[in-house]
Amino acid sequence: MNDVDSVADVIAMACLLVGAFLCLTAGLGLLRFPDVLSRMHAGTKPQTVGVLLIMVGSAIRLTGWSVTWMLLLVAAFQLLTAPVSAHLVSRIAYRRRHVRRDLLLVDELGSGPDRSGGARGDEPADGDPQPGR
Amino acid sequence: MTVVSVLTFAMLGVGVLLALVRLALGPSLLDRVVATDALLVIISAGLAVYAALTRNPTVVPVLVVVSLLGFVGSVSVARYIGGMLLESAADGQDTPTGGARP
Repeated sequence: MNDVDSVADVIAMACLLVGAFLCLTAGLGLLRFPDVLSRMHAGTKPQTVGVLLIMVGSAIRLTGWSVTWMLLLVAAFQLLTAPVSAHLVSRIAYRRRHVRRDLLLVDELGSGPDRSGGARGDEPADGDPQPGR
Repeated sequence: MTVVSVLTFAMLGVGVLLALVRLALGPSLLDRVVATDALLVIISAGLAVYAALTRNPTVVPVLVVVSLLGFVGSVSVARYIGGMLLESAADGQDTPTGGARP
């Protein structure tokens, strides 16, 4: 391990420490929160802010353009893919009713027009719950 | 320097352990998906921290692969669960103890 030799290294260390702390909070939130949506809220913190901070710290410490571009690519992938996967998981969680309704303040999907009959979407799972009726 | 590396890896390790506990306990499959996603992200963060602390860029291409694989994994599992989704009985929401009603 090299020694700390400049201000940039100190900034990189601070970024790495804060990113690691965000990963720790993600673990704590995953363990302690009550349902899928709130666990996802905790679990996606390191996916964006934590990974961005750690990539910035690594880019400061490592030298060379190819490494910097690869780290930038990882950060861009995270920023692009985290909302998509979170949207998919939360949509399925709502439909499988893994949601603590008693903890929700506002349930805009539940207070909409009648959702009981017919197909509600374009997924196979959105079909008529009792076909052939 | 050593203090920073010990602190960073300790926090990452505790985060991984807590995510593993949620992966083992998780009452529903989606809890496990979320825990696996966070686990992969923390592991890739650990690889990046290792590369940064040792100034050794060998593992950086692995980060690109891991970040893409995590996305593909969680999306495919979520689509799979959505495909086998059936309307559950009554208003079967999760019970306050965390388990799902059948």
